[in-house]
Amino acid sequence: MPRSGVEVRSRAMPFIAVMVFLSWAGLSILGPQFAASPSPLDALIPPVMADTSTQAATENLTPAPRPGPSDYPDMGVSSRSLVWVVAQMHLFFAAFVLAVPLFVLVIEWIGFRSGDNRYDDMAHEFMKISMSAYSITALFGGTLAFALFLLYPHFMGYLMRVFDSQVLVYPILFFLESIFLYLYYYSWNRLSRGNAKWLHLTLGLVLNGVGTTLLVVANAWASFMMAPTGVDESGAVTGSIWEIIRGPLWNPLNLHRFIANIAFGGAVVGAYAAYKFLSAQSAADKAHYDWMGYTSNFIAILAFLPLPFAGYWLMAEIYAYSQQMGITAMGGILAWLFVVQAVLIGTILMAGNYYLWSGMSRIEGPPRYRGFTKYIAFVLVVCFLIWVTPHTLILTSGEMAALGGSHHKFLGPLGIMPAKNIAVNLMLVFTFLSFQLYRRADKVITVSWENRGNALMSAIYIIAVINIIFAGVYYGYFTNTVYKVGSSVIQVMSTLTVIVSGIVIDTLMFKNAGTLKARWGMVSDRSQYALFALPVAFTWLMALMGYVRSNVRTHWHVYSIMKDNSPDNFIPAIGHAGNMMTMVTVMFILMVLFIFWISSLDKSRIR
Amino acid sequence: MATLLKVLGFSLALTLVFTLVSNTLPQVEGEAPVEQEIELGDLTMDGFVAMGETLFSGKGTCTLCHNELGRAPDILALDMIETSRERMADARYQGEARDLESYLRESMVSPEAYVVQGFGKKGSKDTESPMPAVDKAPIQLNPIQIDAIIAFMQAKDGNTVTVALPTDAPPDETAGEISPGADAAPAIAQSPEEAIAKYGCAACHTVLETESPVGPSLVDVGERLSVSEIRESILDPGMVIAEGFPPIMPMDFGDRMTAGELEMMVRYFSGDGR
Repeated sequence: MPRSGVEVRSRAMPFIAVMVFLSWAGLSILGPQFAASPSPLDALIPPVMADTSTQAATENLTPAPRPGPSDYPDMGVSSRSLVWVVAQMHLFFAAFVLAVPLFVLVIEWIGFRSGDNRYDDMAHEFMKISMSAYSITALFGGTLAFALFLLYPHFMGYLMRVFDSQVLVYPILFFLESIFLYLYYYSWNRLSRGNAKWLHLTLGLVLNGVGTTLLVVANAWASFMMAPTGVDESGAVTGSIWEIIRGPLWNPLNLHRFIANIAFGGAVVGAYAAYKFLSAQSAADKAHYDWMGYTSNFIAILAFLPLPFAGYWLMAEIYAYSQQMGITAMGGILAWLFVVQAVLIGTILMAGNYYLWSGMSRIEGPPRYRGFTKYIAFVLVVCFLIWVTPHTLILTSGEMAALGGSHHKFLGPLGIMPAKNIAVNLMLVFTFLSFQLYRRADKVITVSWENRGNALMSAIYIIAVINIIFAGVYYGYFTNTVYKVGSSVIQVMSTLTVIVSGIVIDTLMFKNAGTLKARWGMVSDRSQYALFALPVAFTWLMALMGYVRSNVRTHWHVYSIMKDNSPDNFIPAIGHAGNMMTMVTVMFILMVLFIFWISSLDKSRIR
Repeated sequence: MATLLKVLGFSLALTLVFTLVSNTLPQVEGEAPVEQEIELGDLTMDGFVAMGETLFSGKGTCTLCHNELGRAPDILALDMIETSRERMADARYQGEARDLESYLRESMVSPEAYVVQGFGKKGSKDTESPMPAVDKAPIQLNPIQIDAIIAFMQAKDGNTVTVALPTDAPPDETAGEISPGADAAPAIAQSPEEAIAKYGCAACHTVLETESPVGPSLVDVGERLSVSEIRESILDPGMVIAEGFPPIMPMDFGDRMTAGELEMMVRYFSGDGR
């Protein structure tokens, strides 16, 4: 009897998981040997300082190695480019497979509590997509490990020495992740009723706990490379493993990646839903995938709204750790990347908003809030233009002479951070407004305090907008530079107040509300392309921000501790970086389409 | 298939937009600093100043913060000699520089000695400097490079350059960045003040011009302890712990100090060497 796709994958999974585990365990055990004596790498490690202090006498304070340019293996291709591609692909898929179980669990829970099977079916379908991606994640992870040890043996040897037995935790977690992932997915139907459902939800919770732990363990390595702790100036380990892990950038990176993963995962499954919608032949399928697309967009945008604040915290901590590093990122050679970031986030917000506006056409009856969309669109476009305006213009020398400098008299002030903060906060506020209007579009509110509630909500919006603009203009242009950063806190609080109060007021206002019929499936094909724009922009954005995070270290493997003396120890031009990002984005898109196709091969109907 | 092609086409087109944006922006590569050979025999003062100017915007990365954007004092717009004079006269100045050249050097290797008002770390009330020490990673300027930058800062406004042209090559960076060399012993202190600085007495004791509440004051220790007691307190601090103070003084000064340094400090604290 021919094997089904599910059967083949289920037999292959344990093999892949064991191979990954053995690879990681083997490398983790072998890794420290690079720094153990006797080793050919000993010649690269400076002699221990002639320090007669008690500490040096009792601890072997071996500094970080200092490889010269000729010490790096030469494979005939750029080592940095190779590792870049493999690492980025691994991160794309890892973000996806860690994020999907997070919101799947929440959706499953909603289905369980409401008794609406549609939620459970959708959650199950999301997990099916994630399962196919999991093995690809592991394959790229194993390839990345081999590439790093092969091409940067000194750096990896040092990292293994610093993190010591902590690296063994990573493969163990992978093993646990695999176990709980298979249990969670393959027991879905068997544990779908009564008390068994609680067991299933628990499996999902444990799965997410393991996945989140995987994330924070790996983040410790990345944050150590940027802001090393637990080591002295020479790179010798002087602190505990906890001191090494818990650097100043670890938690900001944890929070930012955790939230970003959810937004990214939502966007990718939204693309799946959009693809299935466009390919659907029956009205029932169209309705199903239209609803799935809406839910995915909801997840992506809801997770995306607080993401700038998490990113801001990360940047603030980078500045606090090293002003040089912070300025390199946002005011120095990498500053232009943030103009590209503005283009990407503008794309994400406008696509997300457009999808919501299009969705209002699903509601039966006259569209109640359509008139607002042109004003929201106007604000979004103006803010986007402000956000992409650079401080320094791209001019020829003749143009610069005619202008009298590289900064435009009127547009120049829009190029500095206060203007950007105003723009991004307003974009978030008005995106939430689109979201709020969409949620209200199909509701007939029955509470007696509807008018007062609406007046309160309107007042909160108006005050928030005034606050955001005033704080940005006053502190940004009329006070000392040091106050600029503090003003952004006021702006963030205003935006968060709008979001939180909007959710609270609407939740209370929707009690016993009537619901207009939503005609799922009755939405334009154009709106589905907005759901493709989201993951494309998100993917490119992830590649861009990862590139920034990596390059703020400039010519250091571990910032200020272990210098990068490889042939690739320079910051590449933004065009080259953009081409690399496009390459990995296209690779990811093709692989995701492959995953969508693989998922659809299993024709066994999800209930 | 039609759907697949349309979706793929749209995704690739959008990706192309982002690619075009990144390729139309200014294309700048960030080169890692390369150590240049310094031909000391041919070096003139003009050449030394020019070297300092190159380092100022190159390896020193000074212009990253010291520019007209307000993140740090705009050194290129200020007369640094005049500015140095004002800062040394400021009541907030806590450094040890005795002349303008040493102030400039101190501001680069110990920026926390004086933080210009309004440019301190957020929340520190201008007591902590966000500037890294330029002789340590990640900048790692050697003494000759630091002198070159000082020469540039002095010369750029037409002031007299007081730094001397270097005559010795800088220490090899690969062996000497963190320590002067694995086999080289630390330099022997030539004065009590030098010895106090070398062994970090001021970290815990009130001595010279600094104050610390961690250990007993050494300003008048000669009135409380005899010469032999002072010697014993340095060599075996655990023998007698002053009341009210923690027993945390390092126990290894006997291994680290030379006999000459020990006697010099004993004489100083007892009042004979002052």
